[in-house]
Amino acid sequence: MTTPVEQERTQPEAVGAEIAAEDRPWQTVVWNDPVNLMSYVTYVFQKLFGFSRDKATKLMLDVHHKGKAIVTSGTKDKVEADVAKLHAAGLWATMQRAS
Amino acid sequence: MKRWIRDGDVVVGRLDRQEAAVVRGLVSQIQDMLLARAEEAPQDELAELTGIRTGSSEAPDDPILGRLLPDFHRLDDDAPDPDEVNSAAALRSLHEPELLDQKTGAAEIVLQTCSPDGGEIRLSIGEAEAWLSSLNDVRLALGTALDVTEDMPDELPPEDPRSPHLGVYHWLTWVQDTLVEAMMP
Repeated sequence: MTTPVEQERTQPEAVGAEIAAEDRPWQTVVWNDPVNLMSYVTYVFQKLFGFSRDKATKLMLDVHHKGKAIVTSGTKDKVEADVAKLHAAGLWATMQRAS
Repeated sequence: MKRWIRDGDVVVGRLDRQEAAVVRGLVSQIQDMLLARAEEAPQDELAELTGIRTGSSEAPDDPILGRLLPDFHRLDDDAPDPDEVNSAAALRSLHEPELLDQKTGAAEIVLQTCSPDGGEIRLSIGEAEAWLSSLNDVRLALGTALDVTEDMPDELPPEDPRSPHLGVYHWLTWVQDTLVEAMMP
């Protein structure tokens, strides 16, 4: 399906933007949700990524207070694997390009 | 239920018969939902030849399954980026079979280690990790069904149909929280 707006995105200047996008790393984002326990989220960050208790707690609090936190970044493959691990643990995680 | 205690490489808890029935009943229900989802995966001759399984590329319609099996990208509800929609579909298809295996496998460990009669439960660290993720899946499912919010009161008015179920949800929260405490490195 296409719309006029989407067609515009395929204009030459948008291609240039896409090449620049290729250089930007991927990020793993964890979103706040009303069910996951603060203690459990901290535990998961420590266990999956080997973070210290302090770092895991800080990221958990970012998720809780700011609604989301970027927990890891890197290649697409690495971030994809991290998101899959977080899904197995029941956290609401997604991946995005760094902006 | 007393709080979970870590004793070296063993995590020990205790459920009475009724509590064990609640845990087993809810874990079985979630496991059944996930197994049904796995059966809906497209049958693909190429996948059978290569051994590379492909799952559904579409997010579940059911909100509970949707929460247990999230998209890999945060898609805008009104105007999702077409590239991200395609990528999310491909990533779901690639990863969902393994995710379903992990979740149904964790549920199976709970069912194997939680006697219908209740009593003491002795778990290896690996089994305790399976309990953590499975209890979390049950709470995600109940939380979605009950429309739990962050400022949810401990009790709802008695006339609210969700009221009796919320008690179970809060009890499971406590069970999971003391298990996290016992497991925290």
